[in-house]
Amino acid sequence: MNLGHNFTLFGARLTALGSGALWWAEHRLLCVSDLHLGKSERIARCGGTPLPPYESQDTLTRLAHDLERCNAQTVVALGDSFDDLGAAQALPEAARLWIAKLQAGRKWVWIEGNHDPGPVGLGGVHLGEIACDALTFRHIAQPGAQGEVSGHYHPKASVSLKGRTISRPAFIYDHARLILPAYGTYTGGLRTSSEPIRSLMSPQACAILTGPAPVVVPMPR
Amino acid sequence: MHILPPQFTTWFDSKGWTVHPHQQAMLDRADAPALLLIAPTGGGKTLSGFLPTLVDLADGDHKGMHTLYISPLKALAADIKRNLTTPVTEMDLPIRIEDRTGDTSQTRKRRQRADPPHILLTTPESLALLTSYEDAPRMFKGLKRVVIDEIHALAESKRGDQLMLALARLQTLCPDLKRVGLSATVEDPAAIAHFMARHPDPCPILLADPGPPPDIQMLRTAEAPPWSGGGAAYAIPAVLDQIQQHKTTLIFHNTRAQAEIFFHNLWLANDDSLPIGIHHGSLDRTQRERVEAAMVRGDLRAIVCTGSLDLGIDWGDVDLVIQIGAPKNVKRLVQRIGRANHRYNAPSKALLVPANRFEVVECVAALEAVLAGELDGDPRGPGPRDVLCQHILITACAGPFDADTLFAEVTSAGAYAALTRPEFDACLDFCATGGYALRAYDKWQRLMLRDGLWTLRDPRSSQRIRMNIGTIQDTDTLKVRMKRNRGGKPLGEIEEAFAATLTAGDTFLIGGQIVKYEGLREMTVEVSRDSAKKPRIASFMGTKFATSTQLSERVQRMFTQESWPDLPEHTAQWLALQREVSQLPQPGRLLVESFPHDGRAQTVIYGFAGRNGQQTLGLLLTKRMEELGLNPLGFVATDYATLIWGLDPVQDPAPLFDPIALHDGLDLWLAGNAVMKRTFRASATIAGLIERNTPQARKSGRQATFSSDILYDTLMKYDPDHLMLDITRQEALRGLVDFGRIEEMLSRIGSRIDHRVLDKVTPLSAPLFLEAGRVPVKGDAEERLLAQEAARLMEASGLANITPAPSNTPRWRVGW
Repeated sequence: MNLGHNFTLFGARLTALGSGALWWAEHRLLCVSDLHLGKSERIARCGGTPLPPYESQDTLTRLAHDLERCNAQTVVALGDSFDDLGAAQALPEAARLWIAKLQAGRKWVWIEGNHDPGPVGLGGVHLGEIACDALTFRHIAQPGAQGEVSGHYHPKASVSLKGRTISRPAFIYDHARLILPAYGTYTGGLRTSSEPIRSLMSPQACAILTGPAPVVVPMPR
Repeated sequence: MHILPPQFTTWFDSKGWTVHPHQQAMLDRADAPALLLIAPTGGGKTLSGFLPTLVDLADGDHKGMHTLYISPLKALAADIKRNLTTPVTEMDLPIRIEDRTGDTSQTRKRRQRADPPHILLTTPESLALLTSYEDAPRMFKGLKRVVIDEIHALAESKRGDQLMLALARLQTLCPDLKRVGLSATVEDPAAIAHFMARHPDPCPILLADPGPPPDIQMLRTAEAPPWSGGGAAYAIPAVLDQIQQHKTTLIFHNTRAQAEIFFHNLWLANDDSLPIGIHHGSLDRTQRERVEAAMVRGDLRAIVCTGSLDLGIDWGDVDLVIQIGAPKNVKRLVQRIGRANHRYNAPSKALLVPANRFEVVECVAALEAVLAGELDGDPRGPGPRDVLCQHILITACAGPFDADTLFAEVTSAGAYAALTRPEFDACLDFCATGGYALRAYDKWQRLMLRDGLWTLRDPRSSQRIRMNIGTIQDTDTLKVRMKRNRGGKPLGEIEEAFAATLTAGDTFLIGGQIVKYEGLREMTVEVSRDSAKKPRIASFMGTKFATSTQLSERVQRMFTQESWPDLPEHTAQWLALQREVSQLPQPGRLLVESFPHDGRAQTVIYGFAGRNGQQTLGLLLTKRMEELGLNPLGFVATDYATLIWGLDPVQDPAPLFDPIALHDGLDLWLAGNAVMKRTFRASATIAGLIERNTPQARKSGRQATFSSDILYDTLMKYDPDHLMLDITRQEALRGLVDFGRIEEMLSRIGSRIDHRVLDKVTPLSAPLFLEAGRVPVKGDAEERLLAQEAARLMEASGLANITPAPSNTPRWRVGW
């Protein structure tokens, strides 16, 4: 059966899941980006509004489901896993235990993001970036990089159907790189037509819209 | 009996005026704690409200603010200032009058707080902001009277509830404050009196002489209106003819888009170059002010306008009002007619111009209703709790407060008189902690209880709360400018959702001119002039407004007639044609029409249940259609009918209307629909859970902000009993009806469903295709269309055939 949309990047055969996670079957590796755990706590701490404090629970529920579905052995959290380092420290005990349970029996890599630039006091390895075969996983895309998997921009793409526009978080990729959508529950998106994304991606770039059945379209610019 | 001081009688005499009976009555009852005056437009209504103030201030003894005047429109406050300044200057009264709105400069605003004028003219939002300052008690010290103008308009929305809560606050600061409400003709004056008076104070109602009945007719044209369409282009020559025959004509439209198109067509046919202007809320302020000034000078022969001119602004000598398109609401029609002949005791003259043949029927029904003196309107519900939450936060900005005192104050507002203590406490808890079942914010509460008083934890948050004051739901708009090197002339605003549909080269209408979309620069739409004769697309997204169930009953009765001698020939023929190709809806039976159109399977249900009822029916039937695999895509409701479109045609309507199946899983379906999510967004913004989008946030492309739908879904999943969801359900129900009423309607119909399967649009259904307020249905159909369109785009771009080839064929297996 199809888990999601299959495609190839630098010889690596990858699957974009409808949930926004990336599956690399050959290495039994699941990659998720921009979880932004603890976002509601950070907003309240900084004097913002008290948002429903359930987003970490929801994000971890979806992650647990993907891990089980794929039987992943390696997890790469591609940066901005926590909304800030304070949010990582303030994570409720239940969430910490849950993460520990998900980590049991798996290799787990926290990639550094701009929101969480230091160690977070949870299990797993903490790295600036990591390479695997021809692919390099880092948080923010570097111009000119080849075979790069990154996150950070929260790409979203829209398709106009007659009478309505559907806009969803999207994977975007071309011959050189792949950018993952944000996986966290409380995350917004940046249109693929926005300047930073447009200038990173080649004219042949494609976007894979997440959802019940992921679909690929030429990246809207 | 209060006698006018001599300087006033001298002034009235010098103008050749006499004091109207209702003006004298207002003066006589100046000491009533609350007083409501119902008077037609042009009856010297505003002066009646201010006369006691002017008399009281004439001796120059009063220190500080004396009278607060609230109007729903900034422009109205400015207009009243002009009108009041005349008698004050001419009688040489020692009175300082100032207005304060969003347009007032910061320096002036600061000065007003330090040294308030005798009479302050403002809006509900500016007043709410003033009450949020710590120095509010000093600013309002000595306040004796408050005059609420156009209170009927304020009472229709949450702005009125916010205003009454702010007045409850002022009443605590100034216990002797007297309230005066000025209203146009309304269906239920007692409801407005209850709404405006301090509960349980009495509020006597003064009814001014309504004047002679209006002279109102349907415009007869040589050419027949079309079957469908909202432009009324066919009537342009007849309308120009009317403009010629009158001094000044106001031409009202129901939407801004219609006003723009009509204005454009009017100019194309304006061979005599009559001076005609356009005025609506999306135009740039300087443009609007120019039109207003030209009208005051009497330079314009006609103004094409929308609701922005509805309220009682006195702009010259209007002797004819033309209403283009059916007046969806009898009360609004009567209030608009009142704009003509601003002289007391002269009949107002008005013409109705239906835009299509269905509207001819509606216009005839509306004329009957006006002559019968029947006004429509929905009863006011209890005070909305999202507005209360905002009020609690505003109160906290002004300083620490005691919960018992605030509860007493809030329940002195009529709309909140029945608010229970547990309901109040839930709102307070929501403001303080978020009110979640999971107590997550003990450390970061917004409000803390210190020494028995509720206080902002972080005083800096008061600035954020103030920035979010107000209950008007703005859609996000973008400014439109001419493209020049250093930013050209501002033209107005368009909705962001509309702007998103534009591509370079598209032409649209704004401010009566055709412009070409050039691009988006720093959240401004840049356009250039274009010489095209016909704009490619309409200018604005649709807006929906309240309609009347009363008209729907009259219309249904008309359909049962054998023939229609009272209708124009063309419309009678059109109805006869409907009877021939399909049938007319019959009382006690339900007509359902199904036909293909525009690549979709269309179904129309003529329930005549009023818009709320038809809207509810739309939600219910799309649920059944989704279950039956008919792939519905969306629906739109009017007072008379619901139109549903989808991918697969309805073959047999009976299973759709099965009451048991309709009820099954209903709650889940209702919870997920677009109406609920839209309502949640509005209520959560008012209650302070979501902050308004600041221009800065939008500039950054919104990567950091996320959709309110996510918050809604999260709450539904993890905290379904949360206050915000309870408020959302209550607010959404104002636009829907109980399931019980639909059940009752269905049981009355039973099996008497007339299903007509046709091969094209029927005469009666044609106007439905232009209705605004379409509700999308998210289901299997959307996924199917998305997959089709994606495949088409990949093929068309050639990307489907080149590297990196995005292939979804499983060339390899993934293990389990």
